[in-house]
Amino acid sequence: MAESSDPIISVHDLTIAFGPKVIQQNVSFDLKRGSIFAVMGGSGCGKSTLLKSMIGLLRPASGQILVEGEDYWAQNQRRRTELNHRFGVLFQSAALWSSMTVGENVALPMEMFTPLRPDVIRRLVELKLGFVGMEHAVDLMPSEISGGMRKRAGLARAIALDPDILFFDEPSAGLDPITSARLDDLILTLRDGLGATIVIVSHELPSLFKIADDGIFLDAKTHTPIAHGAPRDLRDHSTIPEVMAFMNREATVQDASATKGETHG
Amino acid sequence: MTNTHPPSPVTGQHTPQQAAWSLDASGIPLTLRLSGNWDVEHGGMAPFPQDGLHTATPGQVLQLDTQQLENWDTAFISFLWDVKQAANHAGVQFDPSTLPGPAQRLLALLPPEPAKPPAAQKAPAPFLDRVGDKTLRCLDETGTVAVMAAETAKGALKALTGKSGMRLKDLATDLWNAGPSALLIVGIVNFLVGAILAFVGLIELRRFAADIYVANLVGIACAREISAIMTAIVMAGRTGGAYAARISTMLGNEEIDALEVSGIPVSTYILLPSILSLSLMMPLLYIYGTIIAIFGGFVVAMTMMSGTAIGYLTTTVNGIALHEFIFGFIKSFFFAGFIALAACRVGLKAGRSAADVGIAATRAVVIGIVGVIAMDALFAIIANVLDI
Ligand SMILES: Nc1ncnc2c1ncn2[C@@H]1O[C@H](COP(=O)(O)OP(=O)(O)OP(=O)(O)O)[C@@H](O)[C@H]1O
Ligand SMILES: [Mg+2]
Repeated sequence: MAESSDPIISVHDLTIAFGPKVIQQNVSFDLKRGSIFAVMGGSGCGKSTLLKSMIGLLRPASGQILVEGEDYWAQNQRRRTELNHRFGVLFQSAALWSSMTVGENVALPMEMFTPLRPDVIRRLVELKLGFVGMEHAVDLMPSEISGGMRKRAGLARAIALDPDILFFDEPSAGLDPITSARLDDLILTLRDGLGATIVIVSHELPSLFKIADDGIFLDAKTHTPIAHGAPRDLRDHSTIPEVMAFMNREATVQDASATKGETHG
Repeated sequence: MTNTHPPSPVTGQHTPQQAAWSLDASGIPLTLRLSGNWDVEHGGMAPFPQDGLHTATPGQVLQLDTQQLENWDTAFISFLWDVKQAANHAGVQFDPSTLPGPAQRLLALLPPEPAKPPAAQKAPAPFLDRVGDKTLRCLDETGTVAVMAAETAKGALKALTGKSGMRLKDLATDLWNAGPSALLIVGIVNFLVGAILAFVGLIELRRFAADIYVANLVGIACAREISAIMTAIVMAGRTGGAYAARISTMLGNEEIDALEVSGIPVSTYILLPSILSLSLMMPLLYIYGTIIAIFGGFVVAMTMMSGTAIGYLTTTVNGIALHEFIFGFIKSFFFAGFIALAACRVGLKAGRSAADVGIAATRAVVIGIVGVIAMDALFAIIANVLDI
């Protein structure tokens, strides 16, 4: 049995690419049990793509992802699917199944992978939707609810099977500040309540400073991670110009023309 | 370029001067004189030739004289960008200091060169390479579709024992869309086709006093070929297009990704109900279509020829052998399977934007129709060989 101090996921020297186009390389990090791990970086640097390779949607070009010591991508499809049952994923676009009601969306994974009786599932669906404040929407179709509500329903679906690892791609994008702050609390509560480990992609600095206790910063120019650590530590102690600019919301790292000369010259 | 519109002294009003430039290469430093109205409306988007500075010696400074410059907008910046690039190429030092401040700042935003499309993609591959590539991709595609068909068939077998995990609600919706809700359009098309066949047939047969054989003509043609094809074409346009659009929309919404991550097989949740319902409904629609087509022929025949209704119907019943119906029935089943599989595959392979949904729908319809007609030709050959 794995020690509780072992990392739950550890990524070794990963390269992710679309065909010949390398998105990120030399990506290595450990995901500590019970931590909230932030994946940061500018738009288009490959955060969603990294997430995709961790949840089995995109085979990395090289490197390893160890889930409790087991090489994820070396397993066959069937074993990967089994491992996936420990994952809960909230997609950037929520990705609710549009032909089903909100309730059915949350119920489907349970119907599919647990032997529970329909009335028990119904109760559990109410419970999970209750966690995210969506119990009233159980019989609505995804097209009948707002974008923020869809995000919350997607969250309820992600926790349907009580996963131990949760992946959130920009959970608070498009939410109003109050809902967004409530979502932070919800994420913390879920982590403590379910004992889950959480990987979160986000641009919301205040929320990252508040909830994340570890992280990685991906750089779009060099296609490698350039910093590791909790967002608040990076904010306070990092000396890397790109990271400082990101954490302090500065427009440019250096004088615009100097940067141009550097990249194109 | 010259000034074509001098200021008018009569009205005292100021007519905008046309944009003009001239290069003074004699002096040191080089001077580019810019005058007039450099906006898109008046000056158009004047380009500066890429080799406009090739006579200059490297290291020279290019100054801009903007004293007679009037209005300017993006067109001016575009021109200056060209000049800057030409100066770079000729090794000339571009001095923007005499430009209006905002223009200097806009120009500083632009990179030295516009982004070039990657060269590797431009070069066409040698002919044989392309043929080989296409062939490999075709084989690959055939393999994928075969796997899809096998998985669906497996799913269908499991569904018989009630263990497939397919949602019956989805199946019911798809059955309704592929069957009852298509009755009207399939009926209209088949009625008209039967009527047209009878009309044309009657005109020709009448010359031989063989009017009554129009019943056989319409009956056999519709039962064996036309109703099966017409129904399949209507359904390819109606249901095939809808399947492709639905699946590619789900792809764009990451719904398919979500299924895969949860380990819910796309084949049982999306493909099985769609393919099953079309394959079940199409043969029924074919029978219905044939009956309507025969009825269409009957209506025309009754208004154009003198025989009795009973006589016509008896001739029809005696004229069509049962195996014609069976042949059409089996063909319809295969047409349906093909249309649904092709549509699902096209949908799953589509891109993720709104335009891709439209492309996928179109492609599914085209592949469906062409495929159905090609398959029908194949069936005709097989029937000929087997002497059916
Ligand atoms: N299917 C694809 N094929 C080829 N390139 C892709 C594909 N999907 C994404 N990319 C490229 O991969 C890079 C990373 O994309 P990704 O979606 O991971 O960015 P991101 O960091 O999540 O950005 P954002 O913060 O805007 O969501 C981008 O440059 C994008 O152009
Ligand atoms: Mg993203």
